[in-house]
Amino acid sequence: METTVQEKAAPGLPRLGQPAPAFEAQTTHGTLRLEDFKGSWLVLFSHPADFTPVCTTEFIAFAQLAPEFKKRGVELCGLSIDSTYSHIAWIRNIEEKFGVKIPFPVIADLNKEVATLYGMIMPGESKTETSRCVFVIDPNGVLRAMIYYPLTTGRNMQEILRLIDALQTTDKHGVATPANWKPGDKVIVPPPATSEAAQERMKAGFETKDWYFSLKAL
Amino acid sequence: MPCIDSSGEMTEMAVQILAAMAEGAVLNEVAEKTGLPLYRVRSAARDLAEAGLVESSNETFALTENGRAALAKARNSA
Repeated sequence: METTVQEKAAPGLPRLGQPAPAFEAQTTHGTLRLEDFKGSWLVLFSHPADFTPVCTTEFIAFAQLAPEFKKRGVELCGLSIDSTYSHIAWIRNIEEKFGVKIPFPVIADLNKEVATLYGMIMPGESKTETSRCVFVIDPNGVLRAMIYYPLTTGRNMQEILRLIDALQTTDKHGVATPANWKPGDKVIVPPPATSEAAQERMKAGFETKDWYFSLKAL
Repeated sequence: MPCIDSSGEMTEMAVQILAAMAEGAVLNEVAEKTGLPLYRVRSAARDLAEAGLVESSNETFALTENGRAALAKARNSA
């Protein structure tokens, strides 16, 4: 009899622009569901493991920027494949050793349910840890951005904040944001979709390099 | 259940939320009065409903008879 070894298919990644996968999970703030965050932006992020150095620096950096996220109506929620007790012990250790209080909930995803739904496990890196993933979910529960970093490399929280600023600017003003944009910089006016509109664009009063490339200040 | 401790008593946060629900029953008002984020109020409301202390419909909350009694008891013992 022919034996076929079938590897379990890797879970798919969630898709931008679609509803973020629903979940209910145990966290350091009790049982939470994705729908509990409705009405707020959510930065859902995973880390490989509690009591590890890079993750500790990331938690400290997220905690230090938490007021800035709050100003923008953003909630933070961490996740790793550890127990609630491990999370609690680590959070207490961070406060004791580094003087930083962790204000956001952390999902204890021991059964990898949420990690699998969101494609946070990269078997090429580790089958037992989540990679450094970030999912930006808008107040309607739609997945708006994803960032994936490897186990070895701590994320830049200022970039995550900049990403939130860019997404919120896009939503508010119907514009796009250019490379390295930061609040206060000029934004991209969406390119015209018809020949007539392209002709009009040249005299629309924007800072126009050519019909498809216009900038404006907000 | 973060709203009810291991001895079956309401936590400080639960009392705070229940008190806010007794005055202003809409989710946003409860969040504003308690200073808690929306997700914590929703999660706590679920716990309080499971404990039979709160009824909710479309994110509008009302204390049950047991909820009013529990709030009065907590206030008396404070």
